[in-house]
Amino acid sequence: MLPPGVNQKDFSDALKQFEEAVGKEWVFTSDEDVALYRDAYSPFWGEPEERVASAAVAPNTVEEVQAVVRTANEYKIPIYPISTGRNLGYGGSAPNLSGSVVLDLKRMNRILDVSERNHSALVEPGVSYFDLYRYIYDRKLKVWVDVPDPGWGSPVGNSLDHGGGYLQPMYRNHFDSHCGMEVVLANGDLLRTGMGALPGAKTWQQYKFGFGPWIDGMFSQSNFGVVTKMGFWLMPEPDAYLTGTVTVPRYEDLTQMIDILTLLENSGISNGMPGLGSPVLGGFMMPPPAPEVTAMLSKPGGGVDSPELHQYARDKGIPFWSCTVKFYGPAKAIRAEWEYAQEKFSAIAGAKFKDGEFYKLPLTPDQFDKVHKPEFGLPSLETFSIGARSPTNPNPTNGHIWFSPIIPRTGEAVLEANKVFSQAARDFGLPVLSFSLPSTYWMRAFIFIFGFPITHDIATNKKNRESFKKLIQIAAEHGWGEYRTAPAYQDAVMDTYSFNNHALLRFHETVKDAVDPNGIISAGRYGIWPKHLRGTKA
Amino acid sequence: MKCILFIWALAAVYAFGADQATLQKGEKVYAYWCTPCHGPGLPGTVALGAKYKGAKPALLVDRTDLIPPVTKTFVRKGVSVMPPFRKTEISDADLDALAAYLARNNKVAKR
Repeated sequence: MLPPGVNQKDFSDALKQFEEAVGKEWVFTSDEDVALYRDAYSPFWGEPEERVASAAVAPNTVEEVQAVVRTANEYKIPIYPISTGRNLGYGGSAPNLSGSVVLDLKRMNRILDVSERNHSALVEPGVSYFDLYRYIYDRKLKVWVDVPDPGWGSPVGNSLDHGGGYLQPMYRNHFDSHCGMEVVLANGDLLRTGMGALPGAKTWQQYKFGFGPWIDGMFSQSNFGVVTKMGFWLMPEPDAYLTGTVTVPRYEDLTQMIDILTLLENSGISNGMPGLGSPVLGGFMMPPPAPEVTAMLSKPGGGVDSPELHQYARDKGIPFWSCTVKFYGPAKAIRAEWEYAQEKFSAIAGAKFKDGEFYKLPLTPDQFDKVHKPEFGLPSLETFSIGARSPTNPNPTNGHIWFSPIIPRTGEAVLEANKVFSQAARDFGLPVLSFSLPSTYWMRAFIFIFGFPITHDIATNKKNRESFKKLIQIAAEHGWGEYRTAPAYQDAVMDTYSFNNHALLRFHETVKDAVDPNGIISAGRYGIWPKHLRGTKA
Repeated sequence: MKCILFIWALAAVYAFGADQATLQKGEKVYAYWCTPCHGPGLPGTVALGAKYKGAKPALLVDRTDLIPPVTKTFVRKGVSVMPPFRKTEISDADLDALAAYLARNNKVAKR
């Protein structure tokens, strides 16, 4: 396969220059090697529309990245940088534009600095969360890395894609926790942001903004440069961890429960990632609902707001909602914070409380095996139990893809979103969950995360793609937008961020044309296409 | 029968060719890349347990029937939710060592 718009001679010349830059063994052109860059969870798997690479090149240093980018710019070869290439569910290692050459940065796996005094790190893109954790563990440093569910991802790649984790809010928003980056631009120039722009500064990982416009955000979910280093703030190892659960009795209590939770989080009282649940409805991390509840939910006119269900919960004394709040900090302080949280939640008539887990840190080896690891900064791949074969799931999937809209952080929005998405699921013939509660990764907004299975059956994938696109539209009609999505849907999602005749996208395109006039870097990523392809792909 | 002989021959070639240094290297590759999902109680192990229902060990390190071509195929092709691994992750040399390590208990190869 040739990159689009590139003739065989230019491609061959460019590949030769890539080989001179990085070494012949690190330029991959055989079908067998290039196939390793397919998105294993592609919703187009095996179809002509599947996004596939033409080749891959794997530099080992910043200078090699610069050389490759200069060559690509000279020959107008589209390139697609990846870090560890494990953004599964959101695109993996495959490009947006078929025929692009994947710029595989996995070999750039140096941990350049971890400061126990400043609680920060500076890493290259090929470093995984496992790598950074092991580095810290081996040296017995008293800092925690905030990890996403799959630990083989890259802090650089995950934060650039706006990924999240589980520790204190300022760390679990991974892009927010970064401090300073180094970027190779499309002409091969090298840029450092923040204090990194000041030669000799010792504060690159201490002060984000440097001087003048803060441009770091422009390199996230974008295609304006190739990030080759990133700094991160790490969480000091806390003394202890504590959880407590509040239950409230009535369906109508959800709104007040969430408002109190938001107050506690925005005030810094509860600083772990909370968990919402419903003892009567069951579901994630809870026992399944009683058969009579399932019957009430599924019958015509039934649903979570049915008076019959509310009466059932009252008669049985089953609380309608629960909220588990979590705390990191000194043992005395977090016990006091839990006490204060109980006082606040007591404003809801009938609220009850239950002490949860308490750990003095660090964890003992026994405790290590029992906990949800990311909540303790421990990377893991346990999340891949989703969809994998198991005694209860004899027919495994071939992966998954996430539909993940941001909704307001209110009880009203949670109820409305459930109504809207349940109806949509019925309309599209998708499995209808009895009720979904949002994830609480971000402090100021909720996020719903629905998984679509990926199969190797073309008809099923096609149906799911159509449903996915309709869900994007339905969400947008209600003011809910995706926070992140796979390449297959990036145009559709960007199209919904359309205020004032797509002023935001038009701005992105203006920037793209200025900083990458040949449009070589990640064409189409997050809906941003270079001028020569604009209008042909959306 | 021909197929069995062929597999036996392959196993013998790969296992007998593996020296201690290669096996040690393979063990390291396994610990780094495979254990996070194929360690005790983890999703890869649960999946293999559900697949073989006791007919074969769920833990890859306990398997006695693996031959290098099988290991290499799964690493480079993936299966179910397990994606393939690129050569920048597991190089061909590392994969040779990994495959030899996982074939070390193959009794057919040790006859």
